[in-house]
Amino acid sequence: MALSAPANVRAPSRVGTLIGRAARSREVTLAAVVVVLSMFVWFEAPNFLSSTNLISVTALTAIIVIAAVGEALVIITKNIDLSVESTMGLVAFVVAEMLKGQNIPLPAAWALGIGLGLALGMANGVVITIFRVPSIVATLGTLSIYRGLTYWVANGQEITTSDLPNGYTDPASQTIFGVPLFVILAIAVVIVAALILRYTVFGRQVYAVGSNAEAAATIGVGARSTVFLVFALAGMLAGVAGVLWGIEFGQLYASSASGESLAVIAAVVVGGVSISGGSGTVVGAAIGALFLGLINNALTVLNLPQEWLQVIYGAVILLAVVTDALVQMRTQRAKARSRMR
Amino acid sequence: MTEDPRATGGPDALQPSAEVSIAAGGHSVSAMSRVGRSLLAAARMETFLIVLLAFVVWWGVKLSPYFLTWSNFGFSIQAVIEISIMSLAMTPIIITGEIDLSVESMVGLSSCVLGWLWASGVPLEVCIPIVLAVGVLGGLFNGFFVVRWGLPSLVVTLATYALFRGLGHVVLGSTVVTDFPASFTNFGFGYVPGTNVPWTLFVFLFLAVVTVAIVHGTWIGRQVFAVGKNKEAARYSGVRVGALKMALFAVSGLVAALAGILLTSRTSAATPDAGLNFTLAVVTIVVLGGVDINGGKGTVPGVILAVLILGTLKSALTEAGISTDYQNVAIGLLLIISVVTPQLARLVRELVDRTRLGRRRPAHDPAPGEVVR
Repeated sequence: MALSAPANVRAPSRVGTLIGRAARSREVTLAAVVVVLSMFVWFEAPNFLSSTNLISVTALTAIIVIAAVGEALVIITKNIDLSVESTMGLVAFVVAEMLKGQNIPLPAAWALGIGLGLALGMANGVVITIFRVPSIVATLGTLSIYRGLTYWVANGQEITTSDLPNGYTDPASQTIFGVPLFVILAIAVVIVAALILRYTVFGRQVYAVGSNAEAAATIGVGARSTVFLVFALAGMLAGVAGVLWGIEFGQLYASSASGESLAVIAAVVVGGVSISGGSGTVVGAAIGALFLGLINNALTVLNLPQEWLQVIYGAVILLAVVTDALVQMRTQRAKARSRMR
Repeated sequence: MTEDPRATGGPDALQPSAEVSIAAGGHSVSAMSRVGRSLLAAARMETFLIVLLAFVVWWGVKLSPYFLTWSNFGFSIQAVIEISIMSLAMTPIIITGEIDLSVESMVGLSSCVLGWLWASGVPLEVCIPIVLAVGVLGGLFNGFFVVRWGLPSLVVTLATYALFRGLGHVVLGSTVVTDFPASFTNFGFGYVPGTNVPWTLFVFLFLAVVTVAIVHGTWIGRQVFAVGKNKEAARYSGVRVGALKMALFAVSGLVAALAGILLTSRTSAATPDAGLNFTLAVVTIVVLGGVDINGGKGTVPGVILAVLILGTLKSALTEAGISTDYQNVAIGLLLIISVVTPQLARLVRELVDRTRLGRRRPAHDPAPGEVVR
């Protein structure tokens, strides 16, 4: 293994640039689709661009974007986190429960919620890296365990806005220079994550572990510590998403955020992050989330039957991965051709 | 089981025994020990499951004197019949290294199609074959994307997980069809006349026997394991990997559709939400049954034991007055514990070796799965 490693060193960089080019085109094409679709929806239903609709569509999308950034990090390392919806639900409920019972300041409750998300992500990381349980099995387990904890905390109760301190849901409708607060937060998360992935050692390690864990180990990149960190970060971001979920809805059930794992993973996959690891960007994942959020809203403002939403989600995921496969086939063919010359 | 001193070492036995076989230099020795080891590993997993099952039954008997009766056994299996038969179909798929997350949505879709056809006046004798055909088509749809495009089944079936559920909503809307004839609903929660044996138990037993026979007794089963261990090697040995996977996904769709029919019959209601969260339980059963999620390893009897554990555990938890919401926690914990326990033993042994005997093992001790790859 140690002998074959030097021969492999060049290959990933060449493949890396090719994949990078393909991924970049994915972000550009997807962004173009988003723009065209928005214009079409605006043309058909002018109230699409009304500020109330924009704030409501962007708030939920921003939450999914933040969770999707964490999920993208995980998937780039060739893992998966199915428990993200339960982390969001548990954090949202616990924050509300703390505010309902005790008289603690809002920011403290939010910080505790994010800390809880971090702890849940670290628990995933421990099971996956120390006990070497495949991430799909580990997070399938914590998907139901974290949800069960929420039922335990809820104890058959739900939390309504009247239980919560005044101003709890205010940040959801706040804007800065006309831009919703949630959107600014989501953009900040995406930019920071993108910079970390691109310019830090840790970022390189994330891609290295995802594209070839063994090769990464031979050049001194510890797959386990990187994967642990990535799950901790994903948990923390799911915690942020959970806090925002509580602020956005104000009314919380033990089953809050159920089914959102699908939306988050779909956003990441549609955004061009390969489930086989090692390629994709958080910007792509964010645009993927925006695209799916736009489809969701388009059905509403165009008065189309909401039943089709999941059908469209499924079709869009399939379309995205088939496109990826086509692009990959073409680059491989091109590579084979250039090698012949 | 105990003649081989290495066997007592647990998954770790891989390391020393691999060294021994290399030292011996004989290919046959290493092959022999590999077969022996996998048999031992399987036996150990099943021993663990039997102990676990005994523990759950003991707990159940403590809760209620009627726990260990045939009627309660039948009732326990009946309550999990859908996920039980789906686990049987999922087992060979996971052994080949694939996964089918869409099964629960196929349960919903088949329930909706059945309800819609029945509501529009189609006789049940015609409805049921159509619904089963829908299941096969859905499975082939999954297989097409996995085989023809070489896409990861995790993503493909995640997409169809949304797609099939959505189609169910489109077919039936938000209505619920409940006016099924008694002859149909009796099958779901009825018993064989004069006995305590529910009809659905026969369905499970029949499918269990068929699955054991096919996976462990035919060339199809050998191909399933071959593909799971090494896809390329299997292909070069003449296994038609694509056709095999296509068939497995089709069967998975068929069984999920059957599960949808059984669920509709048992609850006498066709609804788009039928089968919600079943995939979690199905994958839990298969992994708890000792099937490696990375493929290549596992046994159907192990999965059947896991079905019995889940069935009795749910029944015992219900007996103890624990609601379904908390029962899911128990299932999730069971899943994590079943995969963490062997690893915990390994960690402890490593620690002991390091402190007492110094560094006897290589610094990079690969996980058991990594040796194979």
